[in-house]
Amino acid sequence: MTPKRRRLSIVLIGLTMLGAAAALVLTAFEENLVFFFSPTELQAKEIAPDRRIRVGGLVQENSVASFENGLRTEFTVTDLEHSVKVVYRGQLPDLFREGQGVVAEGKFEGGVFNASEVLAKHDENYMPREVADALKKSGRWQHATEKQ
Amino acid sequence: MIAEIGHYALTLAFFVALAQTAVPLYGAARRDRALMAFAGPAASAQFLLIAISFGALTHAYLTSDFSVANVAENSHSLKPLLYKISGVWGNHEGSMLFWVLILALFGFAVAAFGSQLPDSLKARVISIQGMIGLAFLAFILLTSNPFERLDPAPLDGRDLNPLLQDPGLAFHPPMLYVGYVGFSLAFSFAMAALIEGKVDPAWARWVRPWTLGAWTFLTAGITLGSWWAYYELGWGGWWFWDPVENASFMPWLAGTALLHSAIVVEKRDALKAWTILLAIVTFSLSLMGTFLVRSGILTSVHAFAVDPERGLFILGILIVAVGGSLTLFAVRAPALKASGLFAPVSREGGLVLNNLILSVATATVFIGTLYPLFLDAMTGDKVSVGAPFFNATFVPVMIPLLVLLALGPLLPWKRGNLRVAVEKLWVSALFTVVVAGGILVLSDEAPLAPVLGFGFAAWVAGGVVTELAERIRLFRIPVGESLRRLVKLPGAAYGMSLAHIGIAIFICGATGETNWTRELVVVAKPGDSMTLGQYELVLDDLSRIQGPNYYSDTATLSVTKNGEPFAVLDPERRLYPVQQMPTTEAAIRSGIAGDLYVAIGEGNAADGIIVRVWVKPLVPWIWAGAMIMVLGGLFSLSDRRLRVGAPKRSAKRPGGPAVAEGAD
Repeated sequence: MTPKRRRLSIVLIGLTMLGAAAALVLTAFEENLVFFFSPTELQAKEIAPDRRIRVGGLVQENSVASFENGLRTEFTVTDLEHSVKVVYRGQLPDLFREGQGVVAEGKFEGGVFNASEVLAKHDENYMPREVADALKKSGRWQHATEKQ
Repeated sequence: MIAEIGHYALTLAFFVALAQTAVPLYGAARRDRALMAFAGPAASAQFLLIAISFGALTHAYLTSDFSVANVAENSHSLKPLLYKISGVWGNHEGSMLFWVLILALFGFAVAAFGSQLPDSLKARVISIQGMIGLAFLAFILLTSNPFERLDPAPLDGRDLNPLLQDPGLAFHPPMLYVGYVGFSLAFSFAMAALIEGKVDPAWARWVRPWTLGAWTFLTAGITLGSWWAYYELGWGGWWFWDPVENASFMPWLAGTALLHSAIVVEKRDALKAWTILLAIVTFSLSLMGTFLVRSGILTSVHAFAVDPERGLFILGILIVAVGGSLTLFAVRAPALKASGLFAPVSREGGLVLNNLILSVATATVFIGTLYPLFLDAMTGDKVSVGAPFFNATFVPVMIPLLVLLALGPLLPWKRGNLRVAVEKLWVSALFTVVVAGGILVLSDEAPLAPVLGFGFAAWVAGGVVTELAERIRLFRIPVGESLRRLVKLPGAAYGMSLAHIGIAIFICGATGETNWTRELVVVAKPGDSMTLGQYELVLDDLSRIQGPNYYSDTATLSVTKNGEPFAVLDPERRLYPVQQMPTTEAAIRSGIAGDLYVAIGEGNAADGIIVRVWVKPLVPWIWAGAMIMVLGGLFSLSDRRLRVGAPKRSAKRPGGPAVAEGAD
C-alpha cells in the first residue's frame, strides 16, 4: 500500500468513527439534554409530561413540609415572581434550606413537579449560576441577595 | 515579613521567567552556546524562587497568620495540621501558586536531568516552559496575589470549606496538578521540536517518560477525587460526569492516546505530526480544565474564583497557547517527514486505531461538557448534560477499544497477520464466553449490561494473560525457562500488562456497582432494625460528639450478616460552626466483594433519623483497577531503557521477535 493510500484509509476510518460518534451524540442529545427553566419561564411554556427538566430558584420561606417521617418532602421553588411546587422523595442535600438557592431535576406529573434529584449549592456564599440568572431575569436579584 | 519575602520572590520569579523565555530561544536561533546555556540556571533559579514563595505561604498557614488575607479567608486556628497544610492549595490563589511551582519543578527537572539532550532542543524546551510560567505568574501577580495583607488582622480565620477537610482531598489536588502540569513538558517538547523542525525516535524517547509520569499522577489524582466523592458526599456515587470531573478526564484520555502514539514515533519513526498535535491537544485540555474549574463558570466545589477578570485572564492564556501552538503546528508540521511505512494490520496499525478511538471518545466528552456553556452563550438557554448522555455516547465509543485491547499487543510491528493473532486469543474467547455465560445464569433479571461488562473485562484480562504467555513462550519451552523469562521481562512490559489488567478490574468494579447496587432508605429511632440483602442493621445509639472544629451527630449501628456479627458502623452528620456548614460522613465497610455503605440524614432520637443503606458490590475494584494502572505506569517508568536522563538507544535493540521485545 502506498503512503498516500494508507493515509487515506486512516482518514476514512477516522471519519467513519467521527460520523458514528456524531450520530450517537445527536441521538443522546435528543433524549438526554435537560433544559433549565425558572418558575416564570414555566408559566409561558408547555412542557411535555415525560420530558426531564430542571427548575431552579429559591426555596420559598415556610414552604417546606415533610411527610412519611421525612422521606418525602414538598416545597415551593420561587424566583419571587412565580413559583412551582416540587415533590421529592429521598434525602435532601446537606445545604438545602428555606430561602436558599436550589435546583430540582425531574418531570411534571399531573401538575406537580416530581423531582428525582435536588441540588443545593456547595457552600454558604455560592448561588447556583442558573438560579442567579433566573433571579436576575425576574428582576429580583437585588432583593434575593439582600435577604441572604 | 515572611509573606512579603514570598511576594517578592514571586515577582522576581516573573522576571527570571521573562529571561528564561527570551534568552535561550534567541540563543538557540543564533546557535550561541553561551546564551543557550543560560536556560539551565534560569530554570533552577525560577524553581528556587517559586519554592521560596510557596514556602512563605505555607509558613503563613502553619502559623495561622491571619494578617494575610488568603489565610484569614481559608484557614482557622483550630484546624488540624494536615488541613492547614492542604489549605495552602485548597483555595484559588494558593492553588495557582502550586500550579506554577509544579511547572517550575518540571522546567528544573529538564535542566537537571537533560544533560543528554541536544543543546538547542534543551534550550528551547526550557524556554517554552518559561513562557507558560510567565503567563501564569502574571496571572497570579495581577489578579490573584496570595500574599495580600489584611489590616486590621481578624482574630480568627473563616476556615476551609469542610468538604475539603479530608485526607483523600488533601492529596487529590497535588496529584492532579502534577498530572495536569506534567503534560506541559510534552507540550514544550512538541513546540521545541516544531521550531527545530525535527522529530525523531530520540525525541520520543524523551517525551515518553515525562508523559508517562504525568499520566500516572493524573490517574492517581482522578482516582483520589473519585474516591473522595464516593465517601465524602454521602450519595454513594463515584463518578458523576460532572463538568469538573470531565475537565480532568479529557486530558487523561488525550494523554493516554499520546502515550501510545509516542511509542509509534519511537519504534517506527512514524505518526510524528499526529503525536505533536496530540501533545498540543493534551496540554490545551489541561489548560482548559484549569480554566473551567478556576473561572467559576461551572457550579462546583472547585469554583473558588468568581471574579470574571480572572476567568478572562485564563481564557486569554488559553487562547494564546492554543492559537499560537496550532499556528506553529500548521506552519511547521508539513516539514516533518514521516519515514516509517506500515501496513494497517500491525502493532502500529492497532495503535493508530487506539488513537482514533481515544480521540473520538475525548471529543464526545468535550461536546457534552462544553455544549451547555456554548448554548448558554449563544442563546441564553440553560441546559445540563448528565450521566445518561455520556453513558449513551462515551461507553459505545470505547467498546471497540476494549475489543482491540486484547488483539493489538499480539500483533507484531511492521506487518502482522490478523488470523494468527486472533487464533492466539482462543483461550481468551473461551474465558469470555464462560464469564458472560456465568453472569447470565447467576443473574435474576435481564442482565445485558453486566453480561457485556464482565464479558469485556474477561476478554481484556484474557488478552493480557495471552500476551504475557506469548512473551515468555509458556508451555512451548520448559516452564522453568518461561519463569526465568518472566522475571527478566523489561519494566515496560510489566507496565503495559498491569495497566491493561487494571482496566479489566476497573470495568468489573464499575459494572458491578452500576448494575447491582441495592438501596434502602428508612427513618429509624434508636433500637430500630432494618434489613437489606444479607445484612441486618440495628440502630443502637445516637450521640453528639465534639470534634476539633465541628460538632457531630453520630449514629452507632451494629450489623450482622446472615445472622453473624459483621461490623459496627458509625456514620456521622457534622456541623462546622465557623462556616455554618453541615457535612455527611458515611460509614463504609469495604471488602473484596463490595461495600456496605451507611449514611445518615437529618433528625433526632425522638422523631428518628433518616438512614440510607447501600450494598454496593465490587466497588473497591474500581479504585483497585485504577491503582493497578498507576502501578503499571510506575513499573514502566522504572524500565531502564526509558529512564529519564539516559535515553540512548541500547546497542542490542534490533533483532529478536518483536513480541518478545517489550516496552509497550
